[in-house]
Amino acid sequence: MTVNAWLQVLLQSVLFLLGAPLLVAWVRRVKARLQNRRGASWIQPYRDLYKLFGKETLVAHTASGVFRAAPYMVFASTLLACTVVPLITVRLPSAAVADVIVLVGFLALGRFFLALAGMDVGTAFGGMGSSREMLISALAEPAMLLAVFTLAMTAHSTNLASVIDHQLISGLILRPSYLFALMSLVLVAVAETGRIPIDNPTTHLELTMIHEAMILEYSGRHLALMEWAAQLKLMLYGVLIVNVFLPWGIGTQLTLPALATGLLFVIGKLLLLGVILAVAETGLAKMRLFRAPAFLNLALLLALLGLLSHVILEAAA
Amino acid sequence: MNLAQLSLLDQAVFVLAALILFLSFTLLAQSRLVAGIHVFAWQGAVLAGATALVAVNGAHHLFISAGLTLLLKALLIPWMLHQQVRKLELERHVETLPHAALVLMGGAALVIFSYWVVVPIERLELLETRNIISLSLAVILLGLLIMVTRRQAVTQVIGFMSMENGLFMAAVAATHGMPLVVELGVAFDVLVAAVLFGVFFLHISESIDSLDTDRLNRLAAPEDEE
Repeated sequence: MTVNAWLQVLLQSVLFLLGAPLLVAWVRRVKARLQNRRGASWIQPYRDLYKLFGKETLVAHTASGVFRAAPYMVFASTLLACTVVPLITVRLPSAAVADVIVLVGFLALGRFFLALAGMDVGTAFGGMGSSREMLISALAEPAMLLAVFTLAMTAHSTNLASVIDHQLISGLILRPSYLFALMSLVLVAVAETGRIPIDNPTTHLELTMIHEAMILEYSGRHLALMEWAAQLKLMLYGVLIVNVFLPWGIGTQLTLPALATGLLFVIGKLLLLGVILAVAETGLAKMRLFRAPAFLNLALLLALLGLLSHVILEAAA
Repeated sequence: MNLAQLSLLDQAVFVLAALILFLSFTLLAQSRLVAGIHVFAWQGAVLAGATALVAVNGAHHLFISAGLTLLLKALLIPWMLHQQVRKLELERHVETLPHAALVLMGGAALVIFSYWVVVPIERLELLETRNIISLSLAVILLGLLIMVTRRQAVTQVIGFMSMENGLFMAAVAATHGMPLVVELGVAFDVLVAAVLFGVFFLHISESIDSLDTDRLNRLAAPEDEE
């Protein structure tokens, strides 16, 4: 039984690894359709990764060991973070070991090394990107933690599996605090994954790029790992949002049919989320960097309101 | 769990009440005049929706108040404010908000304060929706905060009107509405107030050439000093 459960963790990691490029491809395709283009093929992100893995890896002569280690650290910490979030079943031993604070910690670790790598080579763009990334994450992290605490207060646990379990058992309850936490987490996810109102994932325009500026010096397999980690992060936030707030359909037993329905449901929910993301990205313009603190302030305020409305409206009188 | 025992309708009322509070915060942070009027209109619409949900839940006489609220606070008064803003050519007006983040945190503190104040009162109430009273008090205090922190006369009026929204929400949530005569009186009071404020806007802007109420405490015209 336990072996079976740990196999499930392995399966989830593989699903994350394979699914993340597919989610990116789906978002790109929907965006292309909205802009009256045909868009690249479904497997284009895989092709890109394959090509990058096959290329020679060049490292700047000023680079230190941190620069070489960073892609592996970023990739590994993001992948570890992915194992904490229940994807197709809540009976996840890794989710029982690590709670949501560990998840935030994994993401922070990855971001720390990403920022270090940006500064390591000593180019102007890398340092600029790192400073911007740190500005945004310093503001996004408290909002994310507050939103997560709102969920934890309802479920009386910071464990994501218990939070989802609690939601499944209590059925459909309209909770104001969940609504606010959802809005806050969406804003945080947009900021953290570098999507459009904050950062544009396709830009290499020097004034606006954040994530791209940090990985500008990378090539070959290092770049592939960085890209893959960014795709994993997008899927991680997507799964976190759909599975925590709309957990219906996720498997509660470790049987094959339960896992299969869980997989189908999570694919459906992620496709829907991808469409929403693509529509939002098509409709919105990127905001100035100096507006980003206001954006994340809103996220923090929403999370705080979620916390307060939990205490005021939902706690047992 | 308290919330789980309520019907889905009551839960929806809770969600709408929380949204009204959120819209108050949006008003507090909104620096554009026209967008502020839109937010105020949305707050009226959500309030009307909450009232209608309470009415569906049993208090059928509240349908009239819901309709009145929708008509007055979501449509007529925002339209009148919009007309006045257009007349005074303030459509592109953007107010600078000093200490915006600090004011928002102050608003959050007001929510906690109103919760703390209202807890004993809530114990006396029998209705399931009694928890909303503290949100209503928070909306009232936030309206007050808007009036205190803003210098633009139109925004101050919006703050005043959103205070009235909070009062109305408290009445609906705590007692299933006031008697209809009182509600009609209050509704028309608000309408008359909106008209009077319009007249005041015109007079203020004619006499000091601006709607910045800070200038009202000076005797001389601004260009005379220095």
